[in-house]
Amino acid sequence: MLPLCSRVLLSHPFSPMSLMALREQLNMLVNSMYIEGLLDQQFQQLQMLQDASSPGFVAEVINLFCEDAERILTELTKDQAVVDFQKVDAYVHQLKGSSSSVGAQNVKLACIQFRQFCEENNKDGCLNALNVVKHHYYLLRNKFDTMLQLEQRIQAYDSKQQN
Amino acid sequence: MTVEERKGHLMREEGGQNDQFPVGMRVLAVDDDPTCLRVLEALLLRCRYHGAKAESFDLLKEGFNVDHFVPVTTTNQATVALKLLRENRDKFDLVISDVHMPDMDGFKLLELVGLEMDLPVIMLSVNGETKTVMKGIAHGACDYLLKPVRVEELKNIWQHVVRRRKFSHKDYSNFDNGEESERHQIVSSEGGQDLNISGSTNQNGKLSRKRKDQNEEDEDDCEENVQENEDLTTQKKPRVVWSIDLHRKFVAAVNQLGIDKAVPKRILELMNVERLTRENKYRLYLKRLSTVASQQANMVATFGGSDPSYLHMSSLDGFGSLHVLAASGHLPALTSLQSSKVLDRAITGGLGNHGFTSSRIVQVGHNNTSTPCNDLNRFQHINLPGNQHGSLLQGIPTSLELEQLQPRRIQEANSHFPGGFSDNKLATATPGSSFVNGTNSSFISQTLRQQAHPRRFINHSSIRATPISTHPFHVGSECSSHFPDLGRCKDTRKCAVPLTAYATNTSSMGSFTTDDECPKFKDNLTISQRDTNIPTISSTSFMAAPPRDPSIGRDRQCQANSSIGRTMLLPTTMDREMKFVNFSSAGNSKERLEPKDIYIDENDITISSFSSSTMSNNFMIDPFSGNQMMNNSHYNKRMDKSIISLTTASSSILQENFKIDDSTVDDPQKDTYDLEITKLQGGIVIGGCNLDDLVNSSMIKPERDEISLMDSDTGCDFYPLGACM
Repeated sequence: MLPLCSRVLLSHPFSPMSLMALREQLNMLVNSMYIEGLLDQQFQQLQMLQDASSPGFVAEVINLFCEDAERILTELTKDQAVVDFQKVDAYVHQLKGSSSSVGAQNVKLACIQFRQFCEENNKDGCLNALNVVKHHYYLLRNKFDTMLQLEQRIQAYDSKQQN
Repeated sequence: MTVEERKGHLMREEGGQNDQFPVGMRVLAVDDDPTCLRVLEALLLRCRYHGAKAESFDLLKEGFNVDHFVPVTTTNQATVALKLLRENRDKFDLVISDVHMPDMDGFKLLELVGLEMDLPVIMLSVNGETKTVMKGIAHGACDYLLKPVRVEELKNIWQHVVRRRKFSHKDYSNFDNGEESERHQIVSSEGGQDLNISGSTNQNGKLSRKRKDQNEEDEDDCEENVQENEDLTTQKKPRVVWSIDLHRKFVAAVNQLGIDKAVPKRILELMNVERLTRENKYRLYLKRLSTVASQQANMVATFGGSDPSYLHMSSLDGFGSLHVLAASGHLPALTSLQSSKVLDRAITGGLGNHGFTSSRIVQVGHNNTSTPCNDLNRFQHINLPGNQHGSLLQGIPTSLELEQLQPRRIQEANSHFPGGFSDNKLATATPGSSFVNGTNSSFISQTLRQQAHPRRFINHSSIRATPISTHPFHVGSECSSHFPDLGRCKDTRKCAVPLTAYATNTSSMGSFTTDDECPKFKDNLTISQRDTNIPTISSTSFMAAPPRDPSIGRDRQCQANSSIGRTMLLPTTMDREMKFVNFSSAGNSKERLEPKDIYIDENDITISSFSSSTMSNNFMIDPFSGNQMMNNSHYNKRMDKSIISLTTASSSILQENFKIDDSTVDDPQKDTYDLEITKLQGGIVIGGCNLDDLVNSSMIKPERDEISLMDSDTGCDFYPLGACM
């Protein structure tokens, strides 16, 4: 490995970080996300699904999730004066579904709580819950961004390696 | 490579995978959430991967003819999905749909698909509340998964589909159908990806369509055949078949569920099928089943033993219903005991099954008067509701009561059945009468009571549902597989052999030991009789050991011989399997073979035994008792009891309709026993005695009076079915 790394370092002009270092960084990030509860087992399944034949799978799913989540959050943020609980509940249900599919644990849990407030028709509770969800989501989103960047770089390395 | 090549390739890879992982399965995934959809797609592809080469994927990615390789079609709109399905009905093998969708309710889609296309549908949702799941099942879903879905679960699902297909096409053994080139096509309408794919899919579709057509043809053939057969017997058959299949599915579903999740899924699957076929009846059953959810073998101990006619009817009815039940989940194949007379009793006995833990409803006793029960033959379906818990007992008593009601034949009390049925889907085995008790769909044990020996059974009824606790009893449950085709016997012990073993026993009747006797059951049953004698298969086993020997089998069977009194019992559920119950036949038969007096004891037993375990269904299967009874009139009493049977078979069992009959019945008499053990899913394995068979043959034909069940072992035969799952 070492020789490889040094080779890499020598051969690549950019990014002082070696491939290994990148990989390590990525692993640490992901692990921390697990530990903090941002991610759960499901995300592991996603990682498992990504392989040589579908290298961009995780990235794709993350992107889909983020797009969808943001769309939902935007909708939820509108019309806060009058709350249509059913509609809100439907959105939250959806967000709960996608976050659980992706493994976004904190977001999912926040959604569950959100739904409770909806069921109780508790407007304030809902507004609060919405904020909580957003909070968790954006936190996760940031980490995802970093993760994806790292991945891209790693993959860039890999392809360069091959070349 | 052309599509064909690929397909071929795939197929080849799979090898005879038809039996194995249905890699080629074509799935349509519907979910409004893009993230979930994408993940699901990947998971499905991954499953499909199994055995496939990675290159296919590459090809896929390149936008190559994904057709064959991409087995998954996705869409985020239910309306689009429906459209796709309608246009390409044969292009898909399975539909996975989210519950919560904006344009159409997932349940609605489920219903439509099930009704129109008879495709297995799997529901998916974040919401795992029981009532929602139940709803899914009620609408006919084959399975209900919770998000996030895992690969393992998806892998299992294929089995269900294949199984379903297999069964629906032909009674067991049609893999071809399932096989058809299942190919997955990935077409994601969603992202508008790969439009090419659509093109390719078309191609695939064609290919698959061809295959499908073939399959369909096969299916049709099968169905026809089945129907023909059934028609002969009483028409119930067709239902039965389905029910079995459904039941099987149901059972399978349940099993799977049991393992993974809730049962409802399976039930749903069943529901789907049923819906298509017999809507009304099945619906009921299904409903019952769903309620049952618990597979608890419904012991359907239909003992139809009484009059042949009855038997037919009842058996058929019962069976039919059973099947239905079974299909739905647990129909306990009731063993239509032949000698109705006896059966009646037997049925009551069957009630004993209560054990059914959940749903096994054994209807037994149904005796709906409608059925010709004229003489006793009623099959009483004993619904042994017993899902496991002793509820059966309740049932039994009721059944017994029923018996009392009618002194003779009708003991039927049919309805009584055991009220215990908890889930009962019970098919009331009673002929025509649809489950008498529907109460739980569980068994339908028809216990035809032949003679009014009433109450004897009541005594028996003790059937004890013994432990049914788990699945269907015995007999069927494990056996269920045995039975006749079943090979399933899951638990081997179970052997649901149910009783058919009994049937076989008939000769020996007493001996039920299903294991021994049940030659038919084959190993599966291994039921080993659990108790050695007790036919009860491993767990449930049932019963009914051929009553003949007064002591015989009963003891054995009886599960655990506990009561042995004769009780045949059935095999207490073997695991879920139902143990059918049948038993009834024992009673039914003939009239009373006097000599059998013993039966009384035995009959009583019948069910009791069930394996204490699991099977709640167990009930006895008195069929022997029935059988014996039949002969002896004693049986009748007993039979009634015995009849109960089994049903319980755990859902799994039922499906399998075991026909215990013939096979088990070795004896000519037995023929009646067809006991198909339909395994009710719920565990009711209804003795598969195919009603037809039963009626014809087995059921101890009441006509046979002389034969008396004993000879006919059938009495016993009846039920075991359930056991066999």
